[in-house]
Amino acid sequence: MATESPEKLLTPVLSAYWDEPEAWTLDTYKRRHDGYEGLAKALAMPPDDVIAYVKDAGLRGRGGAGFPTGMKWQFIPQGDGKPHYLVVNADESEPGTCKDIPLLYANPHSLIEGIVIACHAIRSSHAFIYLRGEVVPVLRRLHLAVREAYEAGLLGRNALGEGKHLELTVHAGAGAYICGEETALLDSLEGRRGQPRLRPPFPAVAGLYACPTVVNNVESIASVPALMNRGKEWFRSMGSEKSPGFTLYSLSGHVANPGQYEAPLGITLRELLEVSGGMRPGHRLKFWTPGGSSTPMLTDEHLDVPLDYEGVGAAGSMLGTKALQCFDETTCVVRAVTRWTEFYAHESCGKCTPCREGTYWLVQLLRDFEAGKATKADIDKIDDIADNINGKSFCALGDGAASPIFSSLKYFRDEYEQHLDGRGCPFDPAKSTIWADNQTPAHPEVNA
Amino acid sequence: MTTAPDRGSAPEAPMLGIPSMPAPDYPADVRERLERDGREVIARYPDSRSALLPLLHLVQSEDGHVTRTGQRFCAEMLELTTAEVNAVVTFYSMYRRKPSGEYQVGVCTNTLCAVMGGDAIFDDLKQHLGVGNNETTDDGKVTLEHIECNAACDYAPVVMVNWEFFDNQTPESARQLVDGLRAGQEVSPTRGAPLCTFKETSRILAGFPDLRPGAVEATGGGGDPSLAGLRLARGEAPPGRLAHPRGPAGPAEQPVPLPGEEAPESHPSSHDLPQSTAASDPANPSGRPPKPAPGEESE
Repeated sequence: MATESPEKLLTPVLSAYWDEPEAWTLDTYKRRHDGYEGLAKALAMPPDDVIAYVKDAGLRGRGGAGFPTGMKWQFIPQGDGKPHYLVVNADESEPGTCKDIPLLYANPHSLIEGIVIACHAIRSSHAFIYLRGEVVPVLRRLHLAVREAYEAGLLGRNALGEGKHLELTVHAGAGAYICGEETALLDSLEGRRGQPRLRPPFPAVAGLYACPTVVNNVESIASVPALMNRGKEWFRSMGSEKSPGFTLYSLSGHVANPGQYEAPLGITLRELLEVSGGMRPGHRLKFWTPGGSSTPMLTDEHLDVPLDYEGVGAAGSMLGTKALQCFDETTCVVRAVTRWTEFYAHESCGKCTPCREGTYWLVQLLRDFEAGKATKADIDKIDDIADNINGKSFCALGDGAASPIFSSLKYFRDEYEQHLDGRGCPFDPAKSTIWADNQTPAHPEVNA
Repeated sequence: MTTAPDRGSAPEAPMLGIPSMPAPDYPADVRERLERDGREVIARYPDSRSALLPLLHLVQSEDGHVTRTGQRFCAEMLELTTAEVNAVVTFYSMYRRKPSGEYQVGVCTNTLCAVMGGDAIFDDLKQHLGVGNNETTDDGKVTLEHIECNAACDYAPVVMVNWEFFDNQTPESARQLVDGLRAGQEVSPTRGAPLCTFKETSRILAGFPDLRPGAVEATGGGGDPSLAGLRLARGEAPPGRLAHPRGPAGPAEQPVPLPGEEAPESHPSSHDLPQSTAASDPANPSGRPPKPAPGEESE
């Protein structure tokens, strides 16, 4: 094996103590993670210095777009006399994405400490955690963690120093993928339908209640305490110049050992598969997403692409949420794309026409492929409709909906053709289930 | 099948030209209790309208779904029109708009779970329960629906019941699950607390902590997938294929060789060998030793 040992490749920081008994408590966090020591260092610094420090460390947003976190904080106007708000986006809903939920389940205090640091930096006295509603076990632990933090004086009166209070509200959503889009999230948090807003003005100028607002992903904020405590040099010792630091990679699908793998940015899928046990025995990788269904799919040609913002971008996709959904050769690409497109059609908020109408018609056409009712002209038609959604929609959901269409046509056009002219789907869905190989005696084979 | 007194629910197709009458109010004692809770919710926010989503969860905790009475209550608490409230209710998928079961059973059929077996589980449950999507069993216990990605892809296929995680499901395990629910047995998720009713769950969603002893602690820090990378980084061998609940526990899982090599970690005593770990490697940036707690021993 050419790769390094897992002990050298992986760098658990946020996930370092998830197996502790009662990992989620303040007590464990303080005892094991040097909890709230990063906060002590940050509070000893002027707010602008904290912003500069996070900026120098090079921390980039972990929610998908990779925007530098410190720069986002810097955009907040100071001395404007308005309240400032921090809103944490915990609406994790991008298909394939499953990092923030286990993080909040096992280690919610890393987020709360990061929130206090960020509020000090942007001079905010009220922060919100917008948690998707469909994860009640996580909500319970956030309720407990916030209560513990109030009782310990880490939140509440004088939390940020004499006369500087900090309130933290946990807000459960009610089921809508679009609320992961930051301006839709703000509308939803204001008690409205979650539909995106026109930008500019950006949230940094007019966000929640038309006041300057920072919206950050859970993992971005939760990474700040370790960064502050152990230093920007330590942070920069991982990853690359432009994509420094550690991050959670979520391996899922037809792999031997799905799960959370925390590693420096820039690890490759080949390395992750090799240390984690590879694809399920007897099967080979066919296609995968680097960061959820909205990031163009890649194939086994791309196993050595460095999984950082630049590397995945250069390969024609996006790092996204680092949701590595791996599908093996038993999976029909057209079926996968159809289902993702049904998702986008269901979750389209209805505000703009290209996305609302385009996703609807894509679903009709794709179902025809699966049923064997499509013709060759329909291949060009879905390409054309996707082109009319991509870049022409109000928000990034539209671009996300076009990604699986474009990328699957790029790599698997022949598979669409196999569905044409009455033939329908040539795959047996039973073979791709997790239990398919348990029906026959185990015979481990070497993966390709 | 009714789970709540009818409070102007299920707006039948209205006859054109005849607007429906205003919804009836809650009985005075219910109203007083809900107002007390409602004021507590509103106090969390700088602007009262932000309380609308949690208030809708709150009225679901009273009625089991969002009734017209519930919408009227929210509108009055927040000085909105019922039309404004209704516009929000109809946008979000977690608000039920008709009487439904005590347990909301959602099978993930987004691509990854569907391919891994979610489609088979959903089809099987439809047949087993004799209901379609978003329909409720005659006993009022189970409402079946297919859901979108619930952020647990490393545990696919996933079923959610009242928004607790039932990981690594099969058609058999899912059937056992719904049978247990219908028989009134205590059912516990793989991640989350022993199930409470949909109404009780809605109260937690409205922001009122679960006060049951042990509810927060139940099921620990996470299952095997959540800990997979951590264990590897500590030098523990990958477990091979994960166990999927298929009836009674079978013999111990055999580790599976890595692609293209013999299985170095599967030797019966390999766990005893000295291994280089993140702790023993000064070059590893994650740095800190995985100090075992007192009394804890590595197996």
